[in-house]
Amino acid sequence: MKNTHIATKVNGDGVEFTCEPDETLLEVLRNRLGLTGTKEGCGTGDCGACSVLVNGRLVCSCLVLAVETQGAEVSTIEGMASGDGLHILQQTFIDHAALQCGICTPGILIAAKALLDKNPSPTDSELRFWLAGNLCRCTGYDKIISAVQAAAAKMRAA
Amino acid sequence: MNYVSKIRKFKQVGTRPARPDGDDKVTGRALYGADTVAPGMLMAAVLRSPHAHAQIVSIDFSAALAHDGVKAVVTGADLVAQDEGSLRDIQENCLATTRVLYDGHAVAAVAALTLKAAQEALKLIKVEYSALPHVIEVDDAMRADAPIVQSGRALENVPEGFSQNVTYHCQFGHGDTDAGFALADEIVTRSFKTAATHQGYIEPHACLAQMTTDGKAELWCCTQGQYNVRDICSALLGLEGSQLRVTASEIGGGFGGKTNVFIEPLALALSHKSGRPVKLVMSRSEVFRATGPTVSSSIDVKIGMTRDGRITAGRAELRYSGGAFPNETVSMGAQSAFAAYDMAAVETLGWNVLTNRPKEAAYRAPGAPMAIYAVESVVDELSQILNLDPIDVRLKNAARKGSKSSYGPTFDDVGLIETLEAAKAHPHYQAPLGPNQGRGLSAGFWFNFGGNTCVSLNVNTDGTISVIEGNPDIGGSRASISLMAAEELGVPYEKIRTIIADTASLGHNDITDGSRVTFSVGLATIKAAQDAIQKMCGRAAQIWGIDADAVTWEDGAAVPAGENAGKFPPLSLAEIAAVSFETGGPIAGHFEVNADGAGVSFGVHLCDAEVDPETGATKILRYTVFQDAGRAVHPSYVEGQMQGGAAQGIGWALNEEYIYGKDGRLQNSGFLDYRIPVASDLPRIDTVILEIPNPGHPYGVRGVGETPIVPPLGAVSNAVSRAIGKRLTQLPMSPPRILQAILKG
Repeated sequence: MKNTHIATKVNGDGVEFTCEPDETLLEVLRNRLGLTGTKEGCGTGDCGACSVLVNGRLVCSCLVLAVETQGAEVSTIEGMASGDGLHILQQTFIDHAALQCGICTPGILIAAKALLDKNPSPTDSELRFWLAGNLCRCTGYDKIISAVQAAAAKMRAA
Repeated sequence: MNYVSKIRKFKQVGTRPARPDGDDKVTGRALYGADTVAPGMLMAAVLRSPHAHAQIVSIDFSAALAHDGVKAVVTGADLVAQDEGSLRDIQENCLATTRVLYDGHAVAAVAALTLKAAQEALKLIKVEYSALPHVIEVDDAMRADAPIVQSGRALENVPEGFSQNVTYHCQFGHGDTDAGFALADEIVTRSFKTAATHQGYIEPHACLAQMTTDGKAELWCCTQGQYNVRDICSALLGLEGSQLRVTASEIGGGFGGKTNVFIEPLALALSHKSGRPVKLVMSRSEVFRATGPTVSSSIDVKIGMTRDGRITAGRAELRYSGGAFPNETVSMGAQSAFAAYDMAAVETLGWNVLTNRPKEAAYRAPGAPMAIYAVESVVDELSQILNLDPIDVRLKNAARKGSKSSYGPTFDDVGLIETLEAAKAHPHYQAPLGPNQGRGLSAGFWFNFGGNTCVSLNVNTDGTISVIEGNPDIGGSRASISLMAAEELGVPYEKIRTIIADTASLGHNDITDGSRVTFSVGLATIKAAQDAIQKMCGRAAQIWGIDADAVTWEDGAAVPAGENAGKFPPLSLAEIAAVSFETGGPIAGHFEVNADGAGVSFGVHLCDAEVDPETGATKILRYTVFQDAGRAVHPSYVEGQMQGGAAQGIGWALNEEYIYGKDGRLQNSGFLDYRIPVASDLPRIDTVILEIPNPGHPYGVRGVGETPIVPPLGAVSNAVSRAIGKRLTQLPMSPPRILQAILKG
């Protein structure tokens, strides 16, 4: 199949790549751009490990074709920390032991940040339903919920 | 060795510092199995059997090899044939030679320039199969006329008259059970069934292999045990162990499911044939079809009890199937079924049965959850019938120090009674219940293991410490190991960096399994630190010009042992390290051990559930885990094990199961249809850590990782059974199954 040329922004940086029309955004991020922080757990949109933002919208990057990101803004886990240090959510995940193996963590951080950006004070129930698309097999979600709520409190105070 | 008298007040053990790999994991920098590349790398894909059971008549891969971009094809003929036994089974499971034994059994693999080319080439491989009759359910497979999965595999102690699928038999117990049942006021006999479940780690199996023409090989993979991978792959590829270096990537969950080898020999063989590095990553569907799962089971339990709640006798017969290859997991079930009870008469019988399912892999306390679920269900039913408090019944019969366990050994210090008392005293146990709600509880148990372990501990000249261990960190163990090194040496946690060595950089370590790492690696780390301390005391003695015996170690520094040793100011670790080149060279501590004394672990779970009588759907309202951790080195990660195990067990109890069609093919090989708990399925999972020190560890540590998956099956089932007023005996308790029980009247 003929490759397509795509110009997009990833974590604020202008990025150009070519890809086949049936390549997913996840494949391009990992295999062509070297951004392996976004994980593949299923490839069918069931686990959320590949969560990224496209134009501010939370998506499973395994269900988005890379050619759809022409002119778009893509945000991945690699863009969450700044030169000054970790994002409050990232630091709070470490402080609250909200990760064990860590494979789901990038996707959960992206999803949690997307929620807090539009709802800075979610209830536990809102948070649990928002994160229902992100599977974690290690933690039982308890410390993840605590960490997101603690981060939300810190972000509201900031 | 008994360390109880030496257990001391801790300064760092028991605190909750940030884990050393935290930053890497929240930024996406941590490298997992599928996250690395090599120059000139090929991508591989695996052809899998569409049949539950078939003879392979022929394989023609000439068209695949001719396909554009394809560089190599391997089949079962490309692995070194092993003799009888477990290595032979692993070889057959990695790549079938003459017969496929389950849907998803690997038949061939292709390496190509792109994954797409490899996948296209799979379709060009012509495999001629001759289908054979298959059998999926354990009870069906035991019948004398059942289709035979493998013949000639039964061990000698299997009585005659059974199907050849019955490969293993075991028996445990003591006392006269018939006499015991005669003393009972009430006897309950029930039969149970549990489905096979998958470990469900979010990271699929992945590896990157490189074999070179000089007989060397490099392998990067996600595994719970790089030394085991090395040993198996060396055998299957005809390599010398020293020439195959296996590096364990960060691991995205395992729970026992990554203690095995599946794709690594295929990637190595493809690399050998193509002369290029080969990356092989399983799809989620392949993970379900060809790795894991647990055993499925069929269990009968009979327990007798007096009116006041004393168990007079117990008997269980357990029939497990771990798929198409022989295993002895049922032995774990038969040994653990009644472990929580101090019994005068107990008998358990176990049978392993072959079926046309994937080769079983360990899953957190393998064999125990289903056995204890069955026993705890009957104990709960007896408590109900006799109108007794279920915690009081368990307290009355609880195993304690000095109890002869149902599997033989006599228990040393164990924390079951304290754990039950904590559950009884917890507000959860008094919380009011509404309509359609029920409260269940279950005890749980796991043996815990020690095993072969070695650790090197280097004292760097700037006063920092490098700990080198060989067990993949699956849930925060590097933090715990660093804490124990810091505690023993008397230096801050931040001065320690613990790394996981590849197979060429440290001697053998057993797999990260059996809840062994914090116990065994911790023990070896403490001993390696003591070795380094002894050497540092020697250096201080040399500097001071006194006998080495006259120097002791306090708060991270060498000090004179007493008045007679002379008066010298303390020499800190950093000061000794700084001048080490002048006092005899670099300083390091080592320790190697085949550790025993792991110390069993008991837990108790409380579960409140509400059942919707119209749909049969269950909602977990409250959940509390009580467990004896011996000593919680990093309490946050102990709690994490307790919560994670509980969540997996709740999934097992309510939703998760391997579903097969009449054709013997797996029908739900994805996370959409094999539904593990999501955040909105679960409540907060409260935890209470008990600390009854394990006499077999210098700090009293017990393994904690596996016990937490054992009680949820019984706790949830007992809660649901009490909520609907019907005794349920089959897992998972999916809504249709519960509804059926309700409607049966």
